[in-house]
Amino acid sequence: MAATRDGYGDALLALADNPKVVVLEADLGKSTKSLHFRKAHPERTVSCGIGEQNMLLVGAGLASSGYIPFASTFAIFTERAFEQMRNGVARPNLPVHLCGSHGGTHTGTDGSSAQSIEDLAIYRTLPNVVVMHPCDDVSTKALTMQLPELGKPSYMRTARNKTPVLYDGKEDQIEIGKGVTICSGEDVAIIACGVLVHEAMDAAESLRSEGINATVIDMHTIKPLDTDLIDSVAQNCGAIVTAEDHSIIGGLGGAVAEYLVSSNPVPMEKIGVPDRFGESAGSEEMLEMMGLKSHHICEAAKRAIARKA
Amino acid sequence: MSIPELEEMARKCRVEICKMTHRAQAGHPGGSLSEIDILCALYGSRLRARPDDPNWEDRDRFILSKGHASPGMYAVLAEMGFITHEDLKSYRVKGGVCQGHVDMKWCPGVDFSAGSLGMGLSFGMGCAVAARIDGSDRNAYVMVGDGEIQEGSIWEAAMAAAHHELGNLKLFIDCNGIQNDDFCEAQMRMFDIPAKWNSFGWAVKVIDGHNMEEIVRSLEWMDSITDKPAVVVAKTVKGKGVSFMENNPAFHGAAPSDEQLQLALSELGVKA
Ligand SMILES: Cc1ncc(C[n+]2csc(CCOP(=O)(O)OP(=O)(O)O)c2C)c(N)n1
Ligand SMILES: [Mg+2]
Repeated sequence: MAATRDGYGDALLALADNPKVVVLEADLGKSTKSLHFRKAHPERTVSCGIGEQNMLLVGAGLASSGYIPFASTFAIFTERAFEQMRNGVARPNLPVHLCGSHGGTHTGTDGSSAQSIEDLAIYRTLPNVVVMHPCDDVSTKALTMQLPELGKPSYMRTARNKTPVLYDGKEDQIEIGKGVTICSGEDVAIIACGVLVHEAMDAAESLRSEGINATVIDMHTIKPLDTDLIDSVAQNCGAIVTAEDHSIIGGLGGAVAEYLVSSNPVPMEKIGVPDRFGESAGSEEMLEMMGLKSHHICEAAKRAIARKA
Repeated sequence: MSIPELEEMARKCRVEICKMTHRAQAGHPGGSLSEIDILCALYGSRLRARPDDPNWEDRDRFILSKGHASPGMYAVLAEMGFITHEDLKSYRVKGGVCQGHVDMKWCPGVDFSAGSLGMGLSFGMGCAVAARIDGSDRNAYVMVGDGEIQEGSIWEAAMAAAHHELGNLKLFIDCNGIQNDDFCEAQMRMFDIPAKWNSFGWAVKVIDGHNMEEIVRSLEWMDSITDKPAVVVAKTVKGKGVSFMENNPAFHGAAPSDEQLQLALSELGVKA
């Protein structure tokens, strides 16, 4: 078990060999894990205090001067700087890499104010911005390591709490914009991101014991969406379930649905946070309360299969 | 309440802060312990509110903008009778009135749903404008952290409140010198805080935020200012009252262990 935010922290440190990489903080470096970079390279770390809006545009200025800034705070507090991200970063297509940690209701007892459930949706609407939400520390590190070559802005959500490690020794499977097929079955495809990839795998396991074979996809990049992969699972499975610790509106489910309706529509069910805010509770309690556990995914899979023509 | 009574109330609240964060094994003891003397003085000697009618329209408003320091506020609300001491056990527990950050939808006596820093002063300004339009003499009191005033929105509100001459808007800044990652001095130097507020058009007073008599006098001073917003810049110690938490950035957002709780309680005069 490891937290994706630790993968982010490790990656920043590993990227330090590139003298153009700089780190921006807004008083949450201990939490987002940029602190390791700060300790090793204070001269290339800019503390912006508790000032997220300033941080984003300082990043834009640095990017316009040839630097590759990595800025991080909690996912929810990146949203305060949304307009800065939109007009100051995305519009001029400046490669500022924003990381929002503690995303989703899985964040737990801090409560609704800290549980961003809309970040993937809002950043996905911005032209030029790549949006990612990896499920383990290894893939988080691998994706972060690819960002200096990206040449455009990005948003990555990481999670507060530990999740199982999936890609140990399989780093080369991870590529921005390419979903990973974790297991293959022909009855239904479960497309998940972040914390819910592990729930999707558990769901596939219990579906198998009922004679239902599921494909599980880790869609760590929500934008650009791997539409080739969606085409192929829509064709092979004929039913899709999306699963994310994010609002049912506009996230991974929204992205997949938008693509499917205009290409190759098949029955689809969405697992996500219903149209409501979270509250204080433990991580697992939150997943249960919000309907995001593996048993919820199983039920959704059966509903999707039942709707096949 | 008399000064000794307020001091005793603050001691009891400190005990609850330690117990709550210990029970939850999460939360923010440091900033709760630094704000608590002011909260007790405000609720115990000044705030116009009715515990049995928390939604009374003409109540003074209290806005804990640094909403992570919720254990402090919950402890005071329990002392005042807005919630019960039993409710304090629901801190960070599923379904509990004591959510991780103070939330007006969950807890009686809470006037603002906090959690994002830098929002409470603008909200307080709205409450103050409403009181003015209503022709009411009620006040809006706001508490922010010193790290929190690094947020730009604080200064938007500071400028606007002075422009609108909101004599019914009262602010406390809990100047404990520490924020999340480190000392403010390392994260973002703020230089002369009283001078900044003064230059924004506010009436400013600097006090020792742990001297109950000084705090009560500053509340009287605040209420005597009616033609402009007033701010009390309170010099405080983060973690005040618990030796190993005092001035220690590690206890911004960390709970005491079992042994640490016992030590804290004995320092706070709780007999084993
Ligand atoms: C907009 C926003 N950014 C970041 C945070 C995360 N955070 C919570 S508490 C804190 C430090 C606050 O320091 P201060 O205002 O001095 O509070 P105190 O010392 O009284 O606890 C930070 C950065 C937040 N809650 N809101
Ligand atoms: Mg402080």
